[in-house]
Amino acid sequence: MAEGLDVTALGAWVREFARLIADHQDELTRLDAAIGDADHGTNMHRGMSAVVAALDGTPPADPAALLKQVGMTLISKVGGASGPLYGTLFLRMAGAAGTGEMDAATYARALRAGLDGVVARGKAEPGDKTMVDALGPACDALDAGVAADESLAEALRRSAAAARQGRDTTVPMLARKGRASYLGERSIGHQDPGATSTALLLDAAVTALAGGDEG
Amino acid sequence: MKKLINDPSDVVSDALRGIAAAHPELRVDHENRIVFRGDAPVQGKVGLVSGGGSGHEPMHGGFVGAGMLDAACAGEVFTSPVPDQMVAASKGVDGGAGVLHIVKNYTGDVMNFEMAAEMVAAESGTEVISVVTDDDVAVQDSLYTAGRRGVGVTVLVEKIAGAAAEQGRPLTQVADLARKVNAQGRSMGMALTSCTVPAAGKPTFDLPDDQMEIGVGIHGEPGRRRVPLAPAREIAEMLVEPVLGDLDFTGGDGVLVFLNGLGGTPLLELYLMFADVAAALEKSGVRIARSLVGSYMTSLDMAGCSVTLLKVDDELLGLWDAPVRTPGLRWGT
Repeated sequence: MAEGLDVTALGAWVREFARLIADHQDELTRLDAAIGDADHGTNMHRGMSAVVAALDGTPPADPAALLKQVGMTLISKVGGASGPLYGTLFLRMAGAAGTGEMDAATYARALRAGLDGVVARGKAEPGDKTMVDALGPACDALDAGVAADESLAEALRRSAAAARQGRDTTVPMLARKGRASYLGERSIGHQDPGATSTALLLDAAVTALAGGDEG
Repeated sequence: MKKLINDPSDVVSDALRGIAAAHPELRVDHENRIVFRGDAPVQGKVGLVSGGGSGHEPMHGGFVGAGMLDAACAGEVFTSPVPDQMVAASKGVDGGAGVLHIVKNYTGDVMNFEMAAEMVAAESGTEVISVVTDDDVAVQDSLYTAGRRGVGVTVLVEKIAGAAAEQGRPLTQVADLARKVNAQGRSMGMALTSCTVPAAGKPTFDLPDDQMEIGVGIHGEPGRRRVPLAPAREIAEMLVEPVLGDLDFTGGDGVLVFLNGLGGTPLLELYLMFADVAAALEKSGVRIARSLVGSYMTSLDMAGCSVTLLKVDDELLGLWDAPVRTPGLRWGT
């Protein structure tokens, strides 16, 4: 598999994320109905459909342009909290991506920049029962993979596994941000929908970027 | 789900077509989903922009017109509008005196309006001040949550700030008045039934026939507690007591009482509730200066109501009584 991520590979990642969101739309909305306002699946599906349409319409020239286009489209189409948060994630990634092929270290730095943007915009801390609880561990795992000189495929798998694990840790958490926070104690026992869609984003990276050539 | 809709995904755009058809004095930007005053921008007047998820009608589009909002952005049902809409609305109402954003305190609304204000400032240099409403006393421990939700007081802020802007007052004064109304207002709501979001097709939460939710939010957010159904006079006490416990409403020039229906409750029941709320207030030594009874900030088809109290003075009463001409509120013109 290729060690570098070019604009085609990133496009495949984003398209795979759109496909996973479409597949899990009902599940995301059901999770959101339990502790939020029952629209996360619908909103993300609307946003990612627009993202794919934009990619089809104006294929971006390089990784930074692609990530920026994804971010701007999400900010323009999604609304709610997930629009600004996912939009900021991709915009900050664009800022760190550059125009050439991204290696694992660059990708890890970009994802970390995205996480920092999400934290700055949403003011959530780890343990608040938000997407940060999946994205944070994913960034840590990616950094560890890069430090251990793992292949990109290995690092991405490790990162996706950490995101899924992070998603699962949101179940016993008490929500402190967003609409779920109004539930207080009653938010405990429910999986956070934002952390769930974030785990899908990292899963999509494995399928699309690692080439799916290994188990 | 039994609703008057064509397609669940078209409810917002279809409703905007209806607003345009029913109110030729307004201008509807269908592409950006914005309801404008027909004469916007009004030169020399502060432009008032609000907006939020749809499903709360008549708020906000129904409060566009002389003496209230200059533009309202409609999001998807219960979903904040996007920054592009707010930027287009702000530009469209900019009459050279600055723009006030009235934002309800929900994570999505605050973030999207924040991004929009940054974009407007960067693109045009127009001065934008944002006032966030957060009057829902049902939210406790607000340090550990997204904070108190913006509910009933938003309608009063839009009316009073709108009147001040119509008088030609400068942006800072209009913003200060909006903040004052928010600071002096408190609300508490309750639900008898859940609402049903058209795209979801089924009720947002389960509430057994013999139970009610005290402290419910306008999107079906859970409240303080779920209790057995009780007579209206007891419900009135349950709503008034936490509001009075949060702020002293006795003395002074009295209060404006806003008894709001959540969409599925008939006016008969709202007036019945108002009688019991008025009795509860009298018992507590609170004097009613003005009242507003009706469904002005709804939660789709939710049955239930909310009580908002606003401490008033001569200035606020004057602005409340000032003429207003919108689909939702109309008097003195």
